[in-house]
Amino acid sequence: MLAKRIIPCLDVKDGRTVKGVNFVDLRDAGDPVELAWQYSQQGADELVFLDITATHEKRKTTIELVKAVAKQINIPFTIGGGINELKDAEILLHAGADKISINSAAVRNPALIDELARSFGRQFVVVAVDTRVVDGENFVYLRGGRDKTDIRTEDWVKEAEQRGAGEILLTSMDHDGTKNGFDNTLLRQINETINIPLIASGGAGKQAHFVDVFQQANVDAALAASVFHYGEILIPELKETLRTNGIVVR
Amino acid sequence: MIGIVNYGAGNIFSLTAALHRVGIAYGMIDKVADFDLYDRIIIPGVGHAGAAMLKLQETGLVQHIIASGKPVLGICVGMQLLTAFSEEGSAELLNIVPLKTLHFEKRIGKKVPHMGWNSIVPKKDCPLFKGISENSYFYFVHSYFIEADEQYTSAFCTYDVVFSAALQKDNFYGVQFHPEKSGKPGEQILLNFSQL
Repeated sequence: MLAKRIIPCLDVKDGRTVKGVNFVDLRDAGDPVELAWQYSQQGADELVFLDITATHEKRKTTIELVKAVAKQINIPFTIGGGINELKDAEILLHAGADKISINSAAVRNPALIDELARSFGRQFVVVAVDTRVVDGENFVYLRGGRDKTDIRTEDWVKEAEQRGAGEILLTSMDHDGTKNGFDNTLLRQINETINIPLIASGGAGKQAHFVDVFQQANVDAALAASVFHYGEILIPELKETLRTNGIVVR
Repeated sequence: MIGIVNYGAGNIFSLTAALHRVGIAYGMIDKVADFDLYDRIIIPGVGHAGAAMLKLQETGLVQHIIASGKPVLGICVGMQLLTAFSEEGSAELLNIVPLKTLHFEKRIGKKVPHMGWNSIVPKKDCPLFKGISENSYFYFVHSYFIEADEQYTSAFCTYDVVFSAALQKDNFYGVQFHPEKSGKPGEQILLNFSQL
């Protein structure tokens, strides 16, 4: 059986992990490679690195990071942030990234999805979508949930699939940071309209939330950051809980 | 030493990194003259099977791969090239293993591509799976699959249909999953191949 995936997300800036990390046995909590290695040992199925490096010059450190991760980590990983054109993605591909994730750049220039899928295969292209409810309807937001667009989330996800997205990473900005659980209603609704894998993001606070999102929305993967980084949820225990609830995990 | 057929079908950084991690020496086969430097061969591959076949033919290596008798490991599309035919581009392939590579779409009720970790059931006597327990998980990313066959399938996997997670015929081996991305069990497969 295909297993449901658990994906820790690491924010990196200038080649260093930015969000607080609370692992007991880390030598250097700011080293994304060491953190990635820890997660792979704990049974994470995949990793996402979100690069929030501000300046173009510092992007070189990101490339070096991707190379170091690809050399040392034996599970797949995605890198997102700062990918605006084909060339950006190509450099990351050759540095060893398994997938790239694009967000605002795809909304601004949807044809980028087609170009990336045509050039590197759709398995390489994750389209990340930030969504927020306005008057009962979900709309696509840009810049980490700051800028509203007039695009309905469901329409955008469908378009992204048609253009060649290999996966959708959907973050509910209403749930993100609340630790009250994923937006299972929205995720189920979106999941029913697409035929590519859906990664749930935003709202994980306890193990039961992962059980809920897999059982209620039937998503393919669930992503979280702080609950893993602060050790509030340990991946081996989470997997045991999921298994106990009849969810297939590795 | 392992020679990697460097025919431009996909990125091989992850593969070389994995070989390096487990301490297996390797080099690149860019042209026919390189072929004799190595005692076993890996055919990697990502992307389109029909396009990959054309690129492989351009290298002039096809007859050497077929006739050398050296252990050959095809990975992902590299394994699909060992079969007779792929629905991807309606392409005639190497026909080392008389099986077909088929599209998941319309044959299954699940999402395509088949992406993520799936468990496999290896045949007990296949040396590639030495030390790998039944129902071990491996990382797959593919939209086309090789039909399951009693004779040539050396590991089975199920995604609505039962298909070949791995093949073996004589000195030819293939894996549909990515051993370089499949944690410890994947690294074990690469080690096993290096010791065949």
